[in-house]
Amino acid sequence: MKILKGNVHKYAKDNIDTDVIIPGPYLKIHDFKELAKHALEGLDPQFPSKVNQGDFILAGKNFGCGSSREHAPIALHEVGITAILSPSFARIFYRNAVDGGYLLPIEIDEKIISEIDDSDTLEINLETNTIFNITKNKTYLIKPFPELISKIVECGGLINFNPE
Amino acid sequence: MLSFCSDFELGMTITEKILAYSSHKSQVSPGDVIFSKIDKVMLHDVSGPGVIKILHEWEKKGKKIEKIWDPDRVWISEDHFVPSSDRISAENIRILTEWAQRYGIKKHFKYGLGQYGICHTLSHEEGLILPGEVYVGGDSHTNTTGALGAFAAGLGHTDIAYVLTHGKIWFKVPEALMFKITGKKPDYIMAKDIILRIIGDIGTDGANYKTMQFSGNAISDLSIEERLTLTNMTTEAGAKNGIIDPDEKTEQYLRERTKNAFKPLYTDSDATFSETFTYEIESMEPTIAKPFSPENITVARELQNVEIDKAYIGSCTGAKLEDLRMAAKILKGHKVKVRTEILPAAQSIYMKAIREGLVEIFMESGAVIGPPTCGACCGAHMGVLSKDEICISTTNRNFPGRMGHVESKTYLASPIVVAASAISGKITDPRDQVISS
Repeated sequence: MKILKGNVHKYAKDNIDTDVIIPGPYLKIHDFKELAKHALEGLDPQFPSKVNQGDFILAGKNFGCGSSREHAPIALHEVGITAILSPSFARIFYRNAVDGGYLLPIEIDEKIISEIDDSDTLEINLETNTIFNITKNKTYLIKPFPELISKIVECGGLINFNPE
Repeated sequence: MLSFCSDFELGMTITEKILAYSSHKSQVSPGDVIFSKIDKVMLHDVSGPGVIKILHEWEKKGKKIEKIWDPDRVWISEDHFVPSSDRISAENIRILTEWAQRYGIKKHFKYGLGQYGICHTLSHEEGLILPGEVYVGGDSHTNTTGALGAFAAGLGHTDIAYVLTHGKIWFKVPEALMFKITGKKPDYIMAKDIILRIIGDIGTDGANYKTMQFSGNAISDLSIEERLTLTNMTTEAGAKNGIIDPDEKTEQYLRERTKNAFKPLYTDSDATFSETFTYEIESMEPTIAKPFSPENITVARELQNVEIDKAYIGSCTGAKLEDLRMAAKILKGHKVKVRTEILPAAQSIYMKAIREGLVEIFMESGAVIGPPTCGACCGAHMGVLSKDEICISTTNRNFPGRMGHVESKTYLASPIVVAASAISGKITDPRDQVISS
């Protein structure tokens, strides 16, 4: 889990909300595979067919704002996404992603967004807190996880986490 | 119950005090990571089945869950997909009901069985949450109940599952923003105008991870229901919680609803806020959030030529009793020009609206009255928008597709602006309403 490799799906806009990540009518669905079919449907209905297991989303700031629906990180996880790269995350999305062990919310400098293109292949290294852009042969820094988040990530979510 | 609260060192906000008490500390500061003991937890018919699914997944992975931490501290609301919109939502209600019975949860507000309604409305209408408590709910607008002086925050399924099995959850103590509102409120201004103006100023991530606290004489003058509109929409600025120090009005409001004792906590005079924003309420205008973000604000008069297809008065933020009273004042004696739907936020509010004659005013105007539900607000059912339809709504979100088709448009406004717009068929500042029938 320390090094993740995958391709980027770039949606550079800010405030990608949970209503577009998984629209309201699907909230009654609790089958993870079914939710995956509608991941990011409000923004890009073709998204599920573009994703390969292990891919990343690169997005503008305040990713995952709006509703607390855990359907959002579940749908993205089930479709194959393992990390979201964004300058900032809405708080409940961030918690859900980490505590549910679905995917990693990776905080990056806003300037990096323009340096990474759609389909670039990246390697995220959580030990060195760096992203290596294999396509462009460039390295970027990521904001390290706070101590508690790091521990929960290592446990794969809250299920195996013991605060004592 | 809070006998050692006098031991707190000085200089804490109400949020910090509640979090310190709940984590058995004498002092907390922004940035501290703590585990808080939870007083109350809420699940509804969307988050409930989601939480049950997580608990099942945990059981499959070998975790034994024979009982939950404290069934008397858990309550359930059926609100998003009631009346059941189809077989899947009906099944979710069945799953939730069986689960609640199995684990001995008695406070289950069931659709069609006495009092029920939108969870954030029941939380205050039923006096379920008390000042000084830590309250978490499986819904982002759980922030609403902070207007009663509780720490109230929304969480996802996994976090709620953790609370149900451990009775506690982690929080990072938030830094606090203070919004001081002063002056005498003009009668065309409602709390919705205040909070939309604030979100417009600070942006939808302007309070991300932070507390939004409200004070000032204009806040003291507001009714509890109006204060709840403010804290409800702190979620739209990304806030972890919204909160208001309790006062006599809070106390009286709760005394009318619960016999349970409580001991409020208050902000110290030397508490630290990372930023303070001051507003003069007299200078505020009826305010609208244009599509597709609550931060995309302008004044109603700027939009007076925008024709609408529907006016919607509903949801946790816009269909409390006072919201309905204010809308009725505008609608009385007039006919609506566009499709108008009014859904009281809880059965008890619906009943009060009937007794006060509000429902008659609404029906005389031509509006349809519906049962309490979140359905249309989240674009799920019970009145969704078609492609290109334009709606003016008392709800709290207007993201693409929020109330229906991804190419529909929602303008957010106060109940009186929505009512005035319903009469004219276009966005209308209530001050400009043409008085004719």
